[in-house]
Amino acid sequence: MFSQLASSLTDGLLLGFVYGVAAMGLTLIWGVMSVINLAHGPVIALGMFATYLMFTLLGVNPYLALVPVAFFGLLMGFVIYGVAVHRVINAPHLSSLLATFAVNMIIIGLGTAIFSTSPQNIDFPLGSLEIGFLTIPVTRLLATAGAVLFTAALYLFLYFTRTGKAVRAVANNRRAAELMGIPSSLVLALSFGLGTMLAAVAGGLIATFFPFTILSGGPYELKSFVICVLGGLGNPLGALLGGLILGGLEGLIPTFMPVSWVPVVEFGLFVLVLLVKPSGLLGAK
Amino acid sequence: MILQVQDVTKRFGGLQALTEVTFDLPEGQILGLIGPNGAGKTTLFNVINGVYAPNRGKVIFRGEDITGLPSYEVARRGMARAHQVVRPLTELTVRENVMVGACFGREGHSLGLAARKADEALAQVGLVERADQPSGNLNVAQKKRLELARALAARPYLLLLDEVLAGLNPSEITPMMETIRSIRDEGITILMIEHVMQAIMSISDRIIVLDYGQLIAAGKPEEVANNPLVIEAYLGDPDMTARLMAE
Amino acid sequence: MKFWRQTGFWLPLVLVFLWGGAVLVLRQDTIRETAFTVLMFMALASSLNILLGYTGYVSFGHIVFFGLGGYTGFYLLSEQGWPLYLAAVGGGALSGLIALLVGLAVLRLRGAYFALATIGINEAARAFVSNFGPFGGATGMFVNFSAYEKYGGAGQALWTTFTFLWITTLVVLVVSYLVKHSRFGLGLQAIREDEDAAMVMGVHAPRAKTITYVISAFFPGIIGTLYFFKNGNVEPGDAFQLHMSIEMLVMVMLGGMGTVLGPMVGATAYQGLRGYLLTSPIFKDLHLAVAGLILLLIILFVPAGAVGWVRGRIPALRKVLE
Repeated sequence: MFSQLASSLTDGLLLGFVYGVAAMGLTLIWGVMSVINLAHGPVIALGMFATYLMFTLLGVNPYLALVPVAFFGLLMGFVIYGVAVHRVINAPHLSSLLATFAVNMIIIGLGTAIFSTSPQNIDFPLGSLEIGFLTIPVTRLLATAGAVLFTAALYLFLYFTRTGKAVRAVANNRRAAELMGIPSSLVLALSFGLGTMLAAVAGGLIATFFPFTILSGGPYELKSFVICVLGGLGNPLGALLGGLILGGLEGLIPTFMPVSWVPVVEFGLFVLVLLVKPSGLLGAK
Repeated sequence: MILQVQDVTKRFGGLQALTEVTFDLPEGQILGLIGPNGAGKTTLFNVINGVYAPNRGKVIFRGEDITGLPSYEVARRGMARAHQVVRPLTELTVRENVMVGACFGREGHSLGLAARKADEALAQVGLVERADQPSGNLNVAQKKRLELARALAARPYLLLLDEVLAGLNPSEITPMMETIRSIRDEGITILMIEHVMQAIMSISDRIIVLDYGQLIAAGKPEEVANNPLVIEAYLGDPDMTARLMAE
Repeated sequence: MKFWRQTGFWLPLVLVFLWGGAVLVLRQDTIRETAFTVLMFMALASSLNILLGYTGYVSFGHIVFFGLGGYTGFYLLSEQGWPLYLAAVGGGALSGLIALLVGLAVLRLRGAYFALATIGINEAARAFVSNFGPFGGATGMFVNFSAYEKYGGAGQALWTTFTFLWITTLVVLVVSYLVKHSRFGLGLQAIREDEDAAMVMGVHAPRAKTITYVISAFFPGIIGTLYFFKNGNVEPGDAFQLHMSIEMLVMVMLGGMGTVLGPMVGATAYQGLRGYLLTSPIFKDLHLAVAGLILLLIILFVPAGAVGWVRGRIPALRKVLE
């Protein structure tokens, strides 16, 4: 009983790191510009396919592929921001929600036409590691390492570089930042790009251990919403914690009740946190 | 007394916005509320009309304790307010904007009657010829008048005016002040925040002064203007009295 | 200025009345199926617009009321043997009740937080129903064929369902107009522009929002029952499609939110466009991408929607195009 609990919890937590990366992208965009990016799921899916194509067509190691995939995600973000978001950045929420949803439709539409919706997977088995009674697939461990690495890089960027500080300044108060000479449009585009970059990377990591289609980003987008709210919308570190909570729950719940109850608990918790503590579990009252 | 504010204290986290503010407002008067920026004037308005509940103290309106009532309940009891930042309902015409006040204010009119009351209020503030225009088309001075008409259409006993003169040029201020006097002459009591000193000194029956959330002076305009505490609060400007009284 | 003397009141009603009537007279199954889909989205988008357009609250997961009401109505009809009419109203009533309970809590949230909460509610409801035994869990429920017997067989039952949907759509449009042009609706519009200012003017915002949420949830419950009765089965995947919820928003936006005619125009245009793209040899594979592109262009360049745009350009038409 205990060993089973421990191993499913470990599984969940390792997955939670990857969830956290995806959610961090969403929460970063929200924190900086109060936009909920409904194209987040498709970008995650594009990250999966980018990794897959590099691996199958060019034979690139999927973990090395993450670097170009990250750049690709960044670029996607610039394009989406410039085309769809910039014009509605000050409009009511509905406009940016629908604009990013339109991008979602475009990506899914093109993606379906190009890749069809039959499942793909990256065939790159690395075996499992045995630690005591735990058996952990190496792909999961590497994904966790990748997630931690990207989180650390984001943290260093936001807190120790000039550009990163500009991002935080714009998030804090866009008008004041503009008055101090920070080019806010560029910073907004960059933040959006960082957000989609994290989404693409998360997609690449997930693709190393789960099969996927162009539609696979959707569930992760929904999970990202839940995670962001748990950790506090706009709080990247909270998103990582939220990811771990969600991953942990997904690991633990099936030992107590049928797996199909997992989403009931997740979304119930989501609505509850929104109502009781909209600033998130970490946030100030 | 139409309004009694007793020991009102309001904190936001660690910030003490209002400290034991106490004053009375007799019916039919104009009471001016002045003070430096950030003194807590708008917060005091928000506590009086129920936008915020105070941490301590009481607000008594026409003999009834209204402390902690939500703002829509306070509005129905006959207190209306014109905001500092004017945000008309831009999708609606000027008349429809004012009808909101008439429909949901003290008398709670039906739509048909509200339209007539709205036209009366628009006539009183001199905006009647704009009644059918979209309110988004108005200039700043007209928007201020619209805000005033909206409050008036509620047929309040007490009117809270938050800087209705701000942003107006000198030629627009005089007619606005006449409008305010005409409202008082109808028997509506007025509590107003104002930064245009000459205006508030000349129009108010009495004045109270707020500084760092505390009431530091109260009295007739000339008494308040000569009060050393008040002069000090306004950056210790020794020439202020002279300027205030120059009118 | 009584409402029954206004062109703006009659225009949408006459259009829908004539169209539905023509379908009933022509009596062709394919035309009825197309008309059913369009009328359904018209009624759904109009219901959503009562909340979204008049109060400005973006209910992103509004489809939850279609799903829950549809499930309840379907259950009453096929498991409890209620007549269609009563079952549909029962489904609507349940949706309204849920909206009342949920609304008391959720309507305190504003802006994107409200939108996110409604998504969460929809997903939670979907997950719950998938585990709910009486509703058939993940496989859902099927119509007992004896249920169709009461309406003179399956074929006739479809026509009955269509007629009921047609009437429901007309009722939604009447309600939408009356809400917009009432004292209550004026209060809602004040909330939409500035909720705090509206409360200071005396609008009882919490109550007004909750009532509106209930109204806009009631009709999707009825429509859900009719839709699933027509299909003969109901399952969680069909009942709580977030995608459909967003399509409703898109239709409201296309036509013009806050107008009575807008959701009608938006639903017709969206369904027409989708039908064209799906059958066109050039766009068949790309229909979703093309639809997305058109949506993006409209949001970026015509944010007021078709009806809103015309109203803005030609003020003389304001009284006609409500």
